[in-house]
Amino acid sequence: MTASLFSHLPALQVVLALLAAPVCLVLRRHGAAWLIATGMTWVLLAIALTLLGRVLETGTIIYSLGGWPAPWGIEYRIDLANAFMLVIVTLIGSVVMPYARASIKAEIEEPRIYLFYCMYLLNLAGLLGIAITGDVFNLFVFLEISSLSSYVMISLGRDRKALIAAYRYLIMGTIGATFYIIGVGMMYQVTGTLNMADLATLVPDLYGNRTIMVALAFLLVGLSLKLALVPLHLWLPDAYTHAPSAVSAFLASTGTKVAVYAFARILFTIFGGSGIFDDFGLQEILVSLAIAAMIGGSAVALYQSNVKRLLAYSSIAQIGYMILGLSMASVIGMTAGLVHLFNHALMKGGLFMVMGCVFLRLGSVQIESMEGLAKRMPLTMAAFVAGGFGLIGIPLTAGFISKWYLIQGALEKGWWPVVVAILVSSLLAVIYVWRVVEAAYFKPPPKGAAEITEAPASMLVPTWVMIGLSYYFGINATLPLDIATGAAETLLGGVQ
Amino acid sequence: MSVEQAIFFSILTPFVGSVLIVLTGSNPNLRETVALITGAVLFYLVASIYPAVAGGSTPSVTLFEMLPGLAIVFTVEPLGMIFAGIASFLWIVTSIYSIGYMRGHDERNQTRFYALFAVAIGAAVGIAFAGNMLTLFIFYEVLTISTFPLVTHHGTPEAKRAGRVYLGTLLGTSIAFQLTAIIWTWSLVGTLDFTQGGILDGKVGGLTAAVLLGLYVFGIGKAALMPFHRWLPAAMVAPTPVSALLHAVAVVKAGVFTVLKVAVYIFGVDFLSSIEASQWLLYLAAATVLIASLVAMKQDNLKARLAYSTISQLSYIVIGAMLASDLGVIGGGMHIVMHAFGKITLFFCAGAYIVTAHKTEISHMRGIGQTMPFTTLAFLIGSLSIIGLPPMGGLWSKWYLMLGALEAGQIVIVAVLVVSSLLNVVYLLQIPFNGFFSTSLNNPEPAAKHNHDADHDHSHDREQSQGIREAPVPCLIAIAISSTGCLVLFFYPGPVFDLMRLVMGP
Repeated sequence: MTASLFSHLPALQVVLALLAAPVCLVLRRHGAAWLIATGMTWVLLAIALTLLGRVLETGTIIYSLGGWPAPWGIEYRIDLANAFMLVIVTLIGSVVMPYARASIKAEIEEPRIYLFYCMYLLNLAGLLGIAITGDVFNLFVFLEISSLSSYVMISLGRDRKALIAAYRYLIMGTIGATFYIIGVGMMYQVTGTLNMADLATLVPDLYGNRTIMVALAFLLVGLSLKLALVPLHLWLPDAYTHAPSAVSAFLASTGTKVAVYAFARILFTIFGGSGIFDDFGLQEILVSLAIAAMIGGSAVALYQSNVKRLLAYSSIAQIGYMILGLSMASVIGMTAGLVHLFNHALMKGGLFMVMGCVFLRLGSVQIESMEGLAKRMPLTMAAFVAGGFGLIGIPLTAGFISKWYLIQGALEKGWWPVVVAILVSSLLAVIYVWRVVEAAYFKPPPKGAAEITEAPASMLVPTWVMIGLSYYFGINATLPLDIATGAAETLLGGVQ
Repeated sequence: MSVEQAIFFSILTPFVGSVLIVLTGSNPNLRETVALITGAVLFYLVASIYPAVAGGSTPSVTLFEMLPGLAIVFTVEPLGMIFAGIASFLWIVTSIYSIGYMRGHDERNQTRFYALFAVAIGAAVGIAFAGNMLTLFIFYEVLTISTFPLVTHHGTPEAKRAGRVYLGTLLGTSIAFQLTAIIWTWSLVGTLDFTQGGILDGKVGGLTAAVLLGLYVFGIGKAALMPFHRWLPAAMVAPTPVSALLHAVAVVKAGVFTVLKVAVYIFGVDFLSSIEASQWLLYLAAATVLIASLVAMKQDNLKARLAYSTISQLSYIVIGAMLASDLGVIGGGMHIVMHAFGKITLFFCAGAYIVTAHKTEISHMRGIGQTMPFTTLAFLIGSLSIIGLPPMGGLWSKWYLMLGALEAGQIVIVAVLVVSSLLNVVYLLQIPFNGFFSTSLNNPEPAAKHNHDADHDHSHDREQSQGIREAPVPCLIAIAISSTGCLVLFFYPGPVFDLMRLVMGP
């Protein structure tokens, strides 16, 4: 019994989340829904860790859904890259959930709260599905599940602007998904298969086939929209700013990351990366877009007066780091990109959680309303400073590790301008983080400011867990780096 | 306790002490006792490592691998021994001083002050004992960040501005230049360990080596080489004990110490002398020595004058490194110690003037020797040591620096050192001389001149200044210890010299 249960873990990873979502819908009670969602995210984390352990031990796990063998059935093929993504998504999901209870209560109107838990679990299922599946069409289905549920979650914000933000995201997200499915259709037309491993063996022979090349363009543009690569990032700032804080924290650290993973999967596993890089100048395009994101995102972040929006623009810059790492198409560069995916998820998740604490007590996340806040909410603001150090890349934070590898990768290629761009971007981060720090620590509180106290422990503890993890993996980085290096090697080496 | 354990615990002690200081924060007496005990324990631990290092061994502790292939390593070699030794010894002295100063001055947030002070010292010891460049860099940044709240201690707009310059310069240079240099070195040679004779020799070409050297030297903003020196005068808004220990000893010495480490153990003296860029940096350091001395002469604020004097003296040590000769490095290393004792004495005295007579401007200090003879005498001793006159320790380091310059055939540098000493005479001795020999206490006091300690500048105290009114007793004890140190080092420079000779190899 247990043995067979274990062998079905890949399916359970997704199915459990899918099953739990309607349960929350039926229960409609806040407490019960929260309990189920929290329990479920922890179970999912345990499953993801088990799967990662098994991949590390025995190598790639192949699981045929419903017993139908690939390429006819849907195949889940879990190598280090998938397993790493599963752990990231479930880890963030299970830390945000205990935090969400108090935060959501303050930010979503009572009758709609149960919807949040339902959508959260659906979103989780979608993201896990994208990360685990070995089938490009199945990936599309999960992409839609996660997108649709995130539109709902964003629109749950009390601010009426949340509706507009969700609507804009819906339009852009749908365009992205459409592009993706057009790409999938073209590939299917030429190769007759949707299985990634199968495609990986067929596509290289079709190299130069115009339909395949156009398909790649559609796929990459579609996913770039999802991962908010400059200049397709316009949906992101509004969405992160107006969404409830718990939603921002979860989406910022998982949604775009999974899309980055899918991007790498399509580009490297199926299309084998480097050939296309050489012939079509794709590398130059991606590197320039990444640098534009790094510098542009950080520069725009400097001028934001809403801290959640500031963090959103910072995310755009950090996504640039990840794409930069991937587009180096070297083991070190890819490792940098993947490990930054993990590190940034922890740091940015933690920072958005900090802003949730601030919003809970202050009712605003404008910089000027946060003046003098450090005296009144010392633990919350200390978490902001600690997380901000990560964005800058101070040693002992996870951000330092990412930057170390990125610069090393760029040096290895001899890309000096890229090194300079990385450094400029992190110096800009010093400035935008410090604007908030100066307001909170050096300005007196505004006149007539309400008496406020520290955020509740149920929110502070998860926030500090997230920040603490980003320090733990900044000090002892060998584990994520080993996994990321392994994942990078699998992605670059194609499917065995 | 084995030497390895002593190394481990000497890194740990200040951090533990910092936590204990926070926990005992509500009881000032207990808190300051904890600070003193932590200092004593640290000094004991550091001292217990000394015999092994003086015997020629380099004990080493590897904590764990941070990145694959790159571990956090602590290795105590003679140069680090010297730096850790003075930092931990002067911490005790400064703690004594702080008790008098912070209470006498009614400073706020004293718990935060003592706790961060301990963290900063922990970082300094970490830098001193770092076994590779990564470990050093980590503690270098910890030192920057832990001292930021000390610089902005008063929380005034001026402190905030100074904090921006401080953090911007130190963080900016270290991220933009130093980190690049470190990662570049790692990707070129595959090691960052401090190795006798250097790790770059024979591995990199002339141009690469020149660029790397520039990135390292300018990336170590704490060495205050022009044009990255502005942070040091800005940091003077901090309470005086911070200026004394951190901005005359721990932080700035961490900078020049790192320069020496890079010169000796990353490049290697022989390789360094073959790089032409080291000549350019040598002249830049010489220019810093002279320009900073000239700027110092124009400062009326005593702490600002001392800050510029520090900038000038730090470049002595950079000169020692860039001379790329054995005697130059020995002189540079000795100057870390000699200047530390001299300059900390001067800052202690400056703080004593503030806390007792509420005077910060030199022009107000005429005749101060009559009310504060002891402090002013100590100021004289410290000045003599900085100038390099016998019977003060400062003589020896300048002696070896000049010998090193001669050994390297740099007559210009010898001239610069001589001229700089003369400038020191002018801008330092003015204060004790006017203090003792100028009787005009009722000198015309420019009322419009304000300074950052204006709040405390109760000029009505002048009327009552007949008779002797010295600084609080803890301050006087600290001043006595550090100025005696200047004298003792003249007669017993042996241990420092022997350690520095070990740096250059058996």
